[in-house]
Amino acid sequence: MKTSFTALFYKEVLRVQKVAFQTLLAPILTALLYLLIFSHVLEQHVEVYPGVRYTAFLIPGLVMMSVLQNAFANSSSSLIQSKITGNIVFVLLAPIAYEEFFAAYVLASVVRGLVVGAGVYLAALWFAVPPMLHPLWIVLFAVLGSAFLGAMGVVAGIWAEKFDQLAGFQNFIIMPLTFLSGVFYSIHSLPDFWQGLSRFNPFFYMIDGFRYGFFGASDISPWFSLAVVMACFMAMAAFTLALLSSGYKLRL
Amino acid sequence: MFPAVDVRQVCKRFGSLQAVDNVDLRIEAGEFFGLIGPNGAGKTTLINLLSGLARPDTGQLSILGHDVVTQYRDSRRLLGVVPQELVFDPFFTVRETLRLQSGYFGLRHNDAWIDEVMHHLDLDDKADTNMRRLSGGMKRRVLVAQALVHKPPVIVLDEPTAGVDVELRQALWRFIQRLNREGHTVLLTTHYLEEAEALCNRVAMLKRGKIVALDSMKNLLKSVVACRVLLRLSGDLPAVLLPQMIERADESYLLALSSFSALETVLALLREANITVLEMDLQQPDLEEVFLQVVGKS
Repeated sequence: MKTSFTALFYKEVLRVQKVAFQTLLAPILTALLYLLIFSHVLEQHVEVYPGVRYTAFLIPGLVMMSVLQNAFANSSSSLIQSKITGNIVFVLLAPIAYEEFFAAYVLASVVRGLVVGAGVYLAALWFAVPPMLHPLWIVLFAVLGSAFLGAMGVVAGIWAEKFDQLAGFQNFIIMPLTFLSGVFYSIHSLPDFWQGLSRFNPFFYMIDGFRYGFFGASDISPWFSLAVVMACFMAMAAFTLALLSSGYKLRL
Repeated sequence: MFPAVDVRQVCKRFGSLQAVDNVDLRIEAGEFFGLIGPNGAGKTTLINLLSGLARPDTGQLSILGHDVVTQYRDSRRLLGVVPQELVFDPFFTVRETLRLQSGYFGLRHNDAWIDEVMHHLDLDDKADTNMRRLSGGMKRRVLVAQALVHKPPVIVLDEPTAGVDVELRQALWRFIQRLNREGHTVLLTTHYLEEAEALCNRVAMLKRGKIVALDSMKNLLKSVVACRVLLRLSGDLPAVLLPQMIERADESYLLALSSFSALETVLALLREANITVLEMDLQQPDLEEVFLQVVGKS
């Protein structure tokens, strides 16, 4: 493994650790608040899968939502901070290939996403213990989903020139897509039109495939979800690499 | 042997502004080279092109024979740049910053050199201090240390002493001069012309993206006026010397001399006219005069 990549990856992970209260603990607390409120309100009224309590159903969705949102936040916030404060210059002056740049930021996003996801899961066990029938599917969707969002964060971090633009990206694209992806419900409970629309949301496949790893049940085949998520990641990775190689908004 | 820096017919435009206009520049290995010019002359753009922070519209740039676009990894390994802006990463301590920077350049175990650089820049007792807690001068020292952390053979200093105290300036120049003596090539941009005059062997003057003068410091200083003499006289300056007069204040006359030996002629003409020299002050031209003359002319 190249030292330049290792150093940049380590720097990104160290940055997360230095502000762990904001990067790790705060999102875990937010997810637990969702769990507390939604499970309290809906526990007695909703049964999505036969024999599965609503709280147990909700936990994988919230875990994956946290994984995805934090993976995006990691690369995007790190890049925009570096661009605005100007310290991105230290990375740009170094002999770091754009593939290494991409890999370091995306992998660090995966790490933060997985750590937050694991934290949410462990804390949520106090409320309910969902089964874990296919752990490999869980890991696969968590890694691929966070890598996709990490790459998307790189694009947003490069594109945005101020925090306001990044917040817009987060609030108008990432948030709606995660909330409308079946975190809190099964898409089978939606009217046909919204069900059809949900199938165009890549986040839906990440959540559904991830949840399959817990319950062995899903809205659609996990293999199909896996194919969609992989294709999305590869397309996003190719786009991000092309952006980095062109020097867009990084090199004059 | 390849030149340390080779710039060939490089142009760079930002919108309607021609920031660098067909620049040719060759800096040999081991030189202490100065790049001077007024604000907006294109000095920083030229440095950005060399370091890969900007891409040329046309032309080629190379560092020790390595093209900065097609062989960017090799060229960047050979180059250490101290940026003009006072930038830092607020998450890390000084030592962490320098270790990370070493890592970016592929160096894993670099603590001995990091310690030496910190020592020369008087940063030893700040090693474990967070960057945010450092004063502006200290942050500037860390920027210099970051540029030197991989022992680059070519060091680029873009206004490194802007707004720093005399102590740092002296410590920094001692260290950079030592590195230059050890064979490192130094490219310096500065607004302090006395610094360039004291340190650089050769100087290029830039104006509106073009090189308007490029020569050794000695030749540049000679090119304007060899020297000048300020004379306080007992009477009026003889008419034959009036073409040489630059300024007059009461009994004092400032005369331009083509060389030191021309002084003898001036004194002989004064003796012939029975005029006594009451005071005499021989003045050497400095880089500032050259700069004003060259930049004003072009």
